[in-house]
Amino acid sequence: MARVVVDVMLKPEILDPQGQAIARKLPQLGFDGVVAVRQGKRFEVELEGEADEAALERVAKIAETLLANPVIENYEVRVL
Amino acid sequence: MDAARVGIITFPGSLDDKDAARAVRLAGAEPVALWHGDHDLRGVDAVVLPGGFSYGDYLRAGAIARFAPLMTELVAAAEAGLPVLGICNGFQVLCESHLLPGALLPNAGLHFVCRDQRLRVENADTVWTTEYREGQELVIPIKNRDGRYTADRETLAELASTGRIVARYLDLNPNGSQDDIAGICNEAGNVVGLMPHPEHAVESLTGPSTDGLGFFTSIVKRLVNA
Repeated sequence: MARVVVDVMLKPEILDPQGQAIARKLPQLGFDGVVAVRQGKRFEVELEGEADEAALERVAKIAETLLANPVIENYEVRVL
Repeated sequence: MDAARVGIITFPGSLDDKDAARAVRLAGAEPVALWHGDHDLRGVDAVVLPGGFSYGDYLRAGAIARFAPLMTELVAAAEAGLPVLGICNGFQVLCESHLLPGALLPNAGLHFVCRDQRLRVENADTVWTTEYREGQELVIPIKNRDGRYTADRETLAELASTGRIVARYLDLNPNGSQDDIAGICNEAGNVVGLMPHPEHAVESLTGPSTDGLGFFTSIVKRLVNA
């Protein structure tokens, strides 16, 4: 059994008010030097078999179809 | 003559399907209940996708509803010209289905916004807006968490230059929508997505105005004259 991670992030040009809210809080907590925070989603997809090339392609298809909306988001697939 | 039949799709988590049906009836048409899990549009003349939180809005607003069984028939029918109005969550579903360009993201202020909103009708030529005139101002309730209309620069320019922005917010932009967009339509003008709720402004007893009724009387007039 293999576990594949799909990271989904808003495209860089799209406003992320959640990330901004997090970044604004950090100096109050004593964390300096942070320029920006962007919040994304991480999916862990468990596969029946090996994470071979065909399986990764299938996960990429899942990401493109459902996990991410390609109009506003980018995704990356990697084996855990 | 038989009344026009307007279908209203109920998804798990739809909230405003009953109000939409009531608005359709007040406008003089027969509302027809459609179930997301069927594969049958029951021969309706037009469809309303109501507001709510279909499938809990898990993942993204409208993302799972887009793959509901009935959406296969709806997308094909909309592409063939069936009039479709998506309100709030319905607008989100239409964007996720790619029947409309762009997407609706969490409000820029991160709050759920619920208030009576002033709008301006920018396009009175779609099948859902002919009972208005261009530039007409309306007051209609808005209530959403994910209402920030977002599209890339080319799409926004195309929407603006081709008259596909159906309505814009006036006064305060409630959710950070680009270009103050409250509603858009597809190229053919038969598919309209609207973030505010016209079905909540059809009777003076319960709404801030009756300004919303025009969306429903527009389609009824169109279907009766067709």
